[in-house]
Amino acid sequence: MDRIADLWGPRTPHAKGTVWPARVDQYLADGLAEDQVDRWVQSACLLCSNGCGCEIAVRDGRMVGIRGRAGDVVNHGRLGPKGLYGSTPWASSPDRLTHPLVREAGRLVETDWDTAMARIVEVSRRLLADKGPLTHGFYTTGQLFIEEYYTLGVIGKAGLGTPHMDGNTRLCTATSAAAFKESFGADGQPGSYTDIEHCDAIFLYGHNMAETQTVLWSRILDRTRAADPPLIVCVDPRRTPVAREAERTGGVHLAPRVGTNLALMNGLTRELFVNGWVDEPWVRAHTVGAADLRSIVEPYTPREVARVCDVDAGELSRAARIFGESRDVLSTVLQGFYQSHQATASAVAVHNLHLLRGLIGRPGSGILQMNGQPTAQNNRECGADGDLPGFRNWDNPNHVRELAELWNVDPLTIPHWSPPTHAMQILSYAEEGSIGLLWISATNPAVSMPESARVRRVLAGDQCFVIVQDLFLTETAQLADVVLPAAGWGEKTGTFTNVNRTVHLSEKAVDPPGEARSDLEIFLMYADAMDFRDRDGAPLIRWRHPEEAFDAWREASRGRPVDYTGLTYEKLRGPTGIPWPVNDQAPEGTDRLYTDAVFPTDTDRCETYGHDLLTGATVTEQEHRALRPAGRALLKGARHTPPHETPSEDYPLLYTTGRTVYQWHTRTKTGRARTLNDAAPDAWVELSVADAARLEITEGDVVRVESPRGAIQVRARVGQVREGAVFAPFHYGAWDPAGLDVDASPSRQANELTMTVWDPVSKQPYFKTAACRVTKIRAGAGPAPAPTTAASAPATDGVPPTAGGPPTTTRRVDTPHYPNDPGAR
Amino acid sequence: MHLVTYIGLAHHSEQTLAESLRVIGDGHASQPDVLHTCHTLAGFSDGHLARLAPIVARYGEQGHGEVEEPERLHAAGLAQVRSGPVGLLRDLQDLHVLATLVLTTWTVINQAAQGLRDHELLTLAGEAGGETSRQLSWLNTRMKTAAPQALIVAT
Ligand code: SF4
Repeated sequence: MDRIADLWGPRTPHAKGTVWPARVDQYLADGLAEDQVDRWVQSACLLCSNGCGCEIAVRDGRMVGIRGRAGDVVNHGRLGPKGLYGSTPWASSPDRLTHPLVREAGRLVETDWDTAMARIVEVSRRLLADKGPLTHGFYTTGQLFIEEYYTLGVIGKAGLGTPHMDGNTRLCTATSAAAFKESFGADGQPGSYTDIEHCDAIFLYGHNMAETQTVLWSRILDRTRAADPPLIVCVDPRRTPVAREAERTGGVHLAPRVGTNLALMNGLTRELFVNGWVDEPWVRAHTVGAADLRSIVEPYTPREVARVCDVDAGELSRAARIFGESRDVLSTVLQGFYQSHQATASAVAVHNLHLLRGLIGRPGSGILQMNGQPTAQNNRECGADGDLPGFRNWDNPNHVRELAELWNVDPLTIPHWSPPTHAMQILSYAEEGSIGLLWISATNPAVSMPESARVRRVLAGDQCFVIVQDLFLTETAQLADVVLPAAGWGEKTGTFTNVNRTVHLSEKAVDPPGEARSDLEIFLMYADAMDFRDRDGAPLIRWRHPEEAFDAWREASRGRPVDYTGLTYEKLRGPTGIPWPVNDQAPEGTDRLYTDAVFPTDTDRCETYGHDLLTGATVTEQEHRALRPAGRALLKGARHTPPHETPSEDYPLLYTTGRTVYQWHTRTKTGRARTLNDAAPDAWVELSVADAARLEITEGDVVRVESPRGAIQVRARVGQVREGAVFAPFHYGAWDPAGLDVDASPSRQANELTMTVWDPVSKQPYFKTAACRVTKIRAGAGPAPAPTTAASAPATDGVPPTAGGPPTTTRRVDTPHYPNDPGAR
Repeated sequence: MHLVTYIGLAHHSEQTLAESLRVIGDGHASQPDVLHTCHTLAGFSDGHLARLAPIVARYGEQGHGEVEEPERLHAAGLAQVRSGPVGLLRDLQDLHVLATLVLTTWTVINQAAQGLRDHELLTLAGEAGGETSRQLSWLNTRMKTAAPQALIVAT
């Protein structure tokens, strides 16, 4: 079947409380038949945070296809369009990096590993000698493996001793982690995907799951299309497939004005208090802060929320009633909250709703603060995003001492004197030159970071030596001083963890091209060359192979909430991924956290003492102790403040960015999968019918979109956004399958317009808070290059439907036994 | 009654703090978090001033005419910003000194308001003092973050 046209595949509806049926999806390239496959290699899909268990088809030393693993608890055999069509083509793309490059007289030229590494080490040593470790910055990704993050974390924290290490996870998942820490004391997804089978209502906050995690959405569709569907409530300024499902199930679609999420959440919270939907005894026993929260939300009457958010007061009350009166509720949250104004406070408000009703820790009542990227979770766990490994608290001397003992280094080497430096601050230090060496791995900030013109200037400048480690010569790699060719998924072995804590092993299927090496090998090469030593003069990094690195990480996780001690490569070679914690108490893993309503908030155990949600000021240890959370969750709130940029006469519209179902990040992989790229080949913007009419713009017209920071020129889709808002996909930069044109003018890159501004607590940049204006440049020749299949659907008929995926197979199989699945017992 | 003097001090120092926060925020706009948070924090002080206005009027009438703001207790505001990372650090430190003056002023007023059983003033002094502590916490957090880089590496 054509999975470009059919994003979610055939339905397998089933009754509430029963196990999601298995169905195996498969795609083989070039019309290959199954018996032409040499072997199948175990892995999990790396093209979104869902982490679908899969097997890679190998023929003649090439990756040629993929199929879902029926036994895997995450996907029960299914795969989505990106996983099917996009997992392997990039690997054999002719423009892979196969040799290191160094900059000579302004140009990048091929060289060997020794030369490239020598150049890095020379700069690194010089900076260390002159000014110490604060001259070093690392910017990683959400797409490496545990083994690589942990190794880099140890190099940065115990080898160099720099606090300047973060990932692009800051752009995608930082708010999820920050919100968990504020409410529950530590990171860690409370809920499980199995909550979908047991709930009575599902709230999706700023989460266009139908496009961002297609397989998870098909899991929900298999409930909403059954005889006893849960009600869907959707909070999103676009009329997404999720919004349409909300209408279909008799739920609610709330489309608040961009920048007002927190006002809406405060309104929902107030309704719980006012209507007596609060479980008072549970709240007294298991939470702190209810009285303060109540006074914060008191002014947010439905009428006031209607005024601020421009939503219907009756619909708000109806949504609150669904939350207040459904027996079990699942909530999911993503970028519509995380990349928007007052991100952490809004995400925390989702926790508050659950805590006020005691809806946590039992099947059907869960929270899924989603991640954008497949291995973002591991960046958070292993300490490559600045946090200390194992959810340890940088402000707690005992936690720092544990790591110092594990690594056998002086505790003072480990940077813990102030909060870890977040990505935008690292960029700002690189801009001023106080960071003189910036090492970027597997990410493309020249396209993905806000305010692109500034990012390009910083990376191209002489004030900072830039190393880029990637699969391709990306827009970012173009600006580097040294470029290192990396092996990708399927070309190396390692583990990673999806949104709901499920750990998968991804085995090496084929050799990387040319001299490309795994990120682990590259980091080890640097560590060897720098000769990092522990306190006794022994090598700091005592592992060479992925499995040894995994075992080292496992020790670092011992006794912490993120406990991997029961996991080995051997165990992960079984039929399914396994959700942590896995230890003596839970040898087969843990489906959901907090079943006993005890949270890791104890002052000596927590990952953070918390923050003021409005200002980001840190709470001190003494203040935290005085609060005595002792295992109780924290109810925290903040009032709504107007966004940092509001529409004006010059820039009358609100600008928001996001994803489309067929592309992934800056298209490094999906842009090289013809099937996917043809479905969404070029950038566009979406306008509401009313705004388009006012601006005399029709479908496909070429328009200029401008903010105070920059402009893009793209084609217009008259579509599903709310009036007053403009939506642009962020995937498209200067690179195109047809070639790379860094001087392309006018630009089509959505981040030309976004602001450099971030959340005070999570430090996640706000990609959805900018004002803009739109002007028509000329009439178009046909419709915009936007897909018709999901949220980008046109408002008018006459646009040919997006289709044309080569055939995939999908077959029902017997539903196996899934360990920990509450429906199976 | 010397309380009147302290009400005058609260009025003046909150005003100075609000203005200085805006000056420093705008002057360090290249650090967006400093820009935006300083404005948010200035808004706290604006709120205190608005709530103080009727109290000033009340004590002004009861007392000896206008509320006095003795010159000796004036806190000088920050009229311009320093540049660079160390400049930012010093500016934040100055704001911290100013905010500390505001906080102790509210503490003193709080004590007196209890003695007078002035509920309106007592509520204000308690809540304003609480928000001033939040201003101080942020200044402290931001200084701690900026210090290592500014003092060790920046040029
Ligand atoms: S849902 Fe995500 S993990 Fe699953 S196949 Fe699609 S892209 Fe891959």
